[in-house]
Amino acid sequence: MNTSALIVMLGSIAFFTFYCVYFFYLVLKAPMRAEPDSYEENDETPR
Amino acid sequence: MSKSLSNDNQVWGSRVGLVLAMAGNAVGLGNFLRFPVQAVQNGGGAFMIPYLVCFLLMGVPLLWIEWSMGRFGGRLGHHSTPFILDSIVKRSFWKYFGVFGIFTNISVAAYYCYIESWTMAYVYHSVVGTFSSMSQVDVAQFFVNYIDIGKSTTGIPYEAIVFFVVCVILNSYILSRGLSGVEKVAKIGMPLLIIFGLLLAIKGWTLGTSGANAEHPDASAIDGLNFLWTPQYDSLTNPKVWLAAAGQIFFTLSLGMGSIQCYASYLKSKDDIALNAVSAGFVNGFVEVVLGGAIVIPIAAGYLGLDWVKENASFGMAFQTMPYLFNNWGVALAAIAGVMWFGLLFFAGITSSLAMGTPWMGFMRDEFNWSSSKGAWSFGLIVLILGLPTVLFYNYGVFDEYDYWAGTVSLVIFAMVEVLIFVLVFGVDRGFNEINEGGDIKVPIIFKYIIKYVTPVSITAVFLGALITPEGNDWAGSLQGLFAGKGWALDNSSIIKQATLAGLRAKIAAATDASVLDNLEKKLLYVTGARILLISTFLGIAGLVYLAYTRRVKEGRI
Repeated sequence: MNTSALIVMLGSIAFFTFYCVYFFYLVLKAPMRAEPDSYEENDETPR
Repeated sequence: MSKSLSNDNQVWGSRVGLVLAMAGNAVGLGNFLRFPVQAVQNGGGAFMIPYLVCFLLMGVPLLWIEWSMGRFGGRLGHHSTPFILDSIVKRSFWKYFGVFGIFTNISVAAYYCYIESWTMAYVYHSVVGTFSSMSQVDVAQFFVNYIDIGKSTTGIPYEAIVFFVVCVILNSYILSRGLSGVEKVAKIGMPLLIIFGLLLAIKGWTLGTSGANAEHPDASAIDGLNFLWTPQYDSLTNPKVWLAAAGQIFFTLSLGMGSIQCYASYLKSKDDIALNAVSAGFVNGFVEVVLGGAIVIPIAAGYLGLDWVKENASFGMAFQTMPYLFNNWGVALAAIAGVMWFGLLFFAGITSSLAMGTPWMGFMRDEFNWSSSKGAWSFGLIVLILGLPTVLFYNYGVFDEYDYWAGTVSLVIFAMVEVLIFVLVFGVDRGFNEINEGGDIKVPIIFKYIIKYVTPVSITAVFLGALITPEGNDWAGSLQGLFAGKGWALDNSSIIKQATLAGLRAKIAAATDASVLDNLEKKLLYVTGARILLISTFLGIAGLVYLAYTRRVKEGRI
């Protein structure tokens, strides 16, 4: 590949991969809210 | 208690499920088929500059706006855009404008399920080895035969219709399971899509010149990658490139449809939307730029050469070329690659089409107390009725007509107006607080000003650019001509010219061959019929909104 194409491709891939992984990691690490929240996963009793 | 959409206790199972469902809603066939074609037509690697700018200044802010409007409406018990808008703007007209948020989903689902059914059929044909002994011409012809419903490629009569009906039934069944059904598909489909995409992308990156053969001795995947990524910086001064980038960002994120508002309407105020929205947006960006940019163009260039790609770069490459290219990998690997590629497209499609069903179901639940099962199967029936003309008269432009008016123009109009409502009526200060409420990240204050000024201007520019596209898409030349007093000649692709069917009428006027003329006149007839169907659908939903409004008045809910 020519240098300019390689730089643009790797730069774009790095940008989207980094932020995709970073924000998804933040979603996974975020503490759950106290009940009642919007999600069923931490319900003490099934809705 | 049931988790159906007809139940007030409707909830998402988990936050990851919601983010994947939202990302699945955005990730569609366009990520793999439209993005690379747009990039090569608009400056190659330089396209990424306007693409990134539009992603950050228009895409992400619009995601926040739609998520926050959805959560705001959901708090008041509204799960579709007619009454979400009604709760923001206290004037009776705006709930009818919200009809776009149901109409667009139903109309797009009608033809989108048809493309989805192609991917199902191609998975089947990859498994049974239909393509294993075919030449490139045969594979291309196979697609033509498939969409010609009079011909059968499997022995099943009217197989295109059969696969379409199966696809609609599958969508309806999953939707009838409520949000949990949608979430399960996203949790299975999205990881599979990313795994399949990565495996094919690695092939695209590493193919090099090993695909060259006697017929195409100069074939090279590296040429394909260079073609896609080499920046042509002079293209950055062309407004056409910026409009193309804005359009791509807009469509790839499923903005202006009403499905994001519907999904977000099931969230409570204390739960995050700021991080969820940006996370879903970046998952979509990853799939589009990293995976979408590494599969079709490099692999096609790797086996057929760059000249062939330049001549044939289009949406149809996925179906008319890829099975033949996979044949180069041997019988077993070709079958596996076919299943991966068309399976990937299928998951991209179904996670989007499921999202299209939820606004209708939410509306009918809220206003007419319909169960989730009733809402889902009625959605399927409408999609079937509205979609069959796209199957039967595909070659007469019905499919393209739906795609243009429902899948393109309606989205831009709705998004433009909802942004203006958010900024001018809801208020930027209030809106920015709504976006940040319960947030796991704090949205940088600069986005408040971007939402206030940049996003409305850029989306209005996209709309005006489409409305008055100059002849030949030559913006620089047309602006010079305008200032020189030569007027503004519209291109046949502009909304104004499309509305009057100027291009088709010009072809009819120029036709001399009787059979060509007959074909064009039939096309005019079917396209007009398609417009009548779309308008009837819009008016039908508007009628239901009126009925719902009168019920609310009668019951003292307004």
